[in-house]
Amino acid sequence: MSKEPVAVVGVGQTKHVAARRDVSIAGLVREAARRALEDAEATWADIDAVVIGKAPDFFEGVMMPELYLADALGAVGKPMLRVHTAGSVGGSTALVAANLVAARVHGTVLTLAFEKQSESNAMWGLSLPIPFQQPLLAGAGGFFAPHVRAYMRRSGAPDTIGSLVAYKDRRNALKNPYAHLHEHDITLEKVQAAPMLWDPIRYSETCPSSDGACAMILTDRAGAARAPRPPAWMLGGAMRSEPTLFAGKDFVSPQAGKDCAADVYRQAGIADPRRDIDAVEMYVPFSWYEPMWLENLGFAAEGEGWKLTESGVTELDGDLPVNMSGGVLSTNPIGASGMIRFAEAALQVRRQAGEHQLDRARKVLGHAYGGGSQFFSMWLVGAEPPES
Amino acid sequence: MPEVLRAPLVVEFPFTRSLGPVQSAFLTGLRERVVLGVRTGDGRTLVPPVEYDPVTAEEIRDLVEVAPTGTVTTWAWNHEPRRGQPLDTPFAWALVRLDGADTALLHALDAPGPAAVRTGMRVRIRWAAERTGAITDIACFEPYEGGAGQPTGHTGAFDEPLSGIVAPARLDYTYSPGRAQSAYIHALSEQRTVGERCPSCRKVYVPPRGACPTCGVATAEQVEVGPRGTVTTFCIVNIKAKNLDIEVPYVYAHIALDGADLALHARIGGVPYDQVRMGLRVEPVWTEGARYPDHYRPAGEPDADYDTYKELL
Amino acid sequence: MNREIAVVAFAQTDHRRSTEESSEVEMVMPVLHEVLAQTGLRAADIGFTCSGSSDYLAGRAFSFTLALDGVGAWPPISESHVEMDGAWALYEAWTKLLTGDADTALVYSYGKCSPGSVRDVLTRQLDPYYVAPLWPDSIALAALQAQALIDAGHTDEPALAAVGARSRADAEANPHAQVKGGSIPQGDYVVRPLRTGDCPPVGDGAAAVILAAGERARELCERPAWIRGIDHRIEAHGLGVRDLTDSPSARLAADKAGAFERPVDTAELHAPFTAQEVILRRALGLGDDVRVNPSGGALAANPVMAAGLIRIGEAAARIHRGASDRALAHATSGPCLQQNLVAVLEGDPR
Repeated sequence: MSKEPVAVVGVGQTKHVAARRDVSIAGLVREAARRALEDAEATWADIDAVVIGKAPDFFEGVMMPELYLADALGAVGKPMLRVHTAGSVGGSTALVAANLVAARVHGTVLTLAFEKQSESNAMWGLSLPIPFQQPLLAGAGGFFAPHVRAYMRRSGAPDTIGSLVAYKDRRNALKNPYAHLHEHDITLEKVQAAPMLWDPIRYSETCPSSDGACAMILTDRAGAARAPRPPAWMLGGAMRSEPTLFAGKDFVSPQAGKDCAADVYRQAGIADPRRDIDAVEMYVPFSWYEPMWLENLGFAAEGEGWKLTESGVTELDGDLPVNMSGGVLSTNPIGASGMIRFAEAALQVRRQAGEHQLDRARKVLGHAYGGGSQFFSMWLVGAEPPES
Repeated sequence: MPEVLRAPLVVEFPFTRSLGPVQSAFLTGLRERVVLGVRTGDGRTLVPPVEYDPVTAEEIRDLVEVAPTGTVTTWAWNHEPRRGQPLDTPFAWALVRLDGADTALLHALDAPGPAAVRTGMRVRIRWAAERTGAITDIACFEPYEGGAGQPTGHTGAFDEPLSGIVAPARLDYTYSPGRAQSAYIHALSEQRTVGERCPSCRKVYVPPRGACPTCGVATAEQVEVGPRGTVTTFCIVNIKAKNLDIEVPYVYAHIALDGADLALHARIGGVPYDQVRMGLRVEPVWTEGARYPDHYRPAGEPDADYDTYKELL
Repeated sequence: MNREIAVVAFAQTDHRRSTEESSEVEMVMPVLHEVLAQTGLRAADIGFTCSGSSDYLAGRAFSFTLALDGVGAWPPISESHVEMDGAWALYEAWTKLLTGDADTALVYSYGKCSPGSVRDVLTRQLDPYYVAPLWPDSIALAALQAQALIDAGHTDEPALAAVGARSRADAEANPHAQVKGGSIPQGDYVVRPLRTGDCPPVGDGAAAVILAAGERARELCERPAWIRGIDHRIEAHGLGVRDLTDSPSARLAADKAGAFERPVDTAELHAPFTAQEVILRRALGLGDDVRVNPSGGALAANPVMAAGLIRIGEAAARIHRGASDRALAHATSGPCLQQNLVAVLEGDPR
């Protein structure tokens, strides 16, 4: 017996900001969940199970916070699962929830991811002073910047590409009411004039630290038939992991990312992603990761990804729009960031993206990654159900 | 086997917690010596007040005052109080259902001994002398002979409600890095960098982590690498890290030590930051008593060809 | 989807007070090798891998990423992680196999309790506004639950002591147990009414299980432990809103897992405290004819985050060796049995 098709019938997120001082952790997740239910015109009673994800528990200082959040998410008396796969967790969480529907364990599942980074300080949570180990010498960007330099060396990309990505994503964010950064007076010159924090990464090419949550209602064919708005259908979904550090690891284009994309394309019958996929919402925490992932995901040949960015292909009105929502560069509640990518893909094919809605969005890829560029999760959603 | 390394690891942070309206009212109330509960749709009163009905999941906001007196629903005698707990002398943990409430609140009960405590006993709140708007504004419960105390008729609205609390938390761990890393650290104390070779793929891991991550087998054969190496890639750090006493700008580099099959990370010194390049040959500079090389400096050799290190970025 | 899925192999470490000579991956890896060796599978043959662990036990963020080194995730693997006991990792793997995307799954979990004070670490699971600031440790909360059970007339201290003594006596036959011996005294009060013998030992350990679907399971195991049902449920978080003498979530999970359709002969209950076994027996309707915790249970070894998966593994191992035909395995999470998972395992008729 084949898998049950999975549909996204509700999407909800909070207005992402640096600090949501008006709500508790429960209040934050509740807001996203309630909006997802409203979008699906569903009630708590319609939800069979809850799958929640977030990045390290140290960020909020609550161990396994899903235990405390069970009441706020209407999970009492229901199954509740908690996923943690580092930065990819928002995507992985959605995929775990989707599997519950695909396996016909449940009919309708609420999936949600969040981070309330204002409760602590992300750099504290990420760099606990482990004895005997050399302290991190360079902060978060210092981990990524050498890989960007490696990409530039390998591809011969001009050093202007990073600012183009940031300029595009911040302008896209202006059309997304939920995005954290709304820089109304942004110009390319301002992006380029920002200080180099970790050369070759400028301040303007880094992501913010946000409080935010994102939720989705996933359901089966019967649930999709009841949905008040068009569903997004999952056409393929996959996770891939490789070790943190190993001899021969390619940080610029990790094999796990290539394999994950290939698995999704195989499931969805995508022969040529550049031709068959209309848009991509990908996890770009530093601007240069756009061209790197374009290659890793098969949208461009190795060393050629930056040309798509440079020629405007990835702009909102381009031939392959990337990060229509404004992306991680404009919004980064770490644990939720992956799910926001997945949700944006769903919004686009459901034609519910509002001001940043694309004209052509029949098949859109959502992408998340995390750890030392080692955990990948992706899904491809479409306006039409999968062919069985 | 060398002696096991261990060292204290303190995980400590003052978390800043925003409260939302219901929790704000409850904690602000404690500051004012008022105990608030929240009423559910079916008329139950929950104390402490939560934001969402545990039965129906509905959002609940209807605040109602209850008495500072109540009844113990269960208890446990704690003869050795632990760090952070409400009292530093022996006490009972108790769940107390306050008069007017349908649910119970967890706190300490100050009593002379376990013989003085029983389920069903009457207790009242002992307020802390200094109150800030926190659960610890209740110093503890104490035995109380009498009927229900009287609520003051408070509405739950306050002039200066709290919006958040600071919740400091400290946990103490003893960290041990395990066999492979201990051996690596011991060797470093002799200014030698010793990795381990995978018996299967023959790659040399520095630092060794006990397993070859691609083969999933234990590494054991020790291999000294370096001391010289090649800068494979790098960034220039222009932002001063809070916990680091290094003048910016400086170069943070990936360095493939000679004989190692992956790069480690270190600072480059002894050369202007804008003259560091991929392929630069470097050597370690040690300072007295330090566990790791302070930095690496140019070794005065010709640069390595890209092809020799392109797999080691 | 009607796919039969079974536990086909189980391995665990010897559970010890401290494994400070080993890193997490050094502790986990031998168990992974052992469980693979039982089936003859290589890591590359596994269709899906899922693990369970907690950063808070280790005192460091992303601790699970280092344990992944022991798997040999190259070429890249289909893999996931839950910040939960490994029993829930097994649940995720079970759903993955149900979809047909994989035929085999490796599930592992580990817990090193020795680096920190697990009593205090677990306080960080509690409501961060009203409860965690009071630092009520896990034994104190279990003691409140035990007293409620005594007050309700469902048990008394001698009966609780008997649960502890029986568990430690049974553990004599378990080479991996940390605490064993029926004659160990019950000890002094830790938090009254709980004495040392009512509480689990603090220790380090790891466990791994292999799941396989359909014919693949029969190829890999002489007598697979078929998962006839598995379900998990959570309760409200607040201790003061729950009836601590009952476990409605365990009962509901058992019902959904089909546990009440026919009697079981064995039950492996994840009851770290003696009183919790009493509660679970009542909630699950287990009579005196059911062999409860023949492994010694969590009172004999309680590596946090792995102890639940070990219950499933122990129940499956009894089916593998013909000591049980139908067994119930249970895992718990959260304060005072807040969240519970029940699996029903069966062997093919002999």
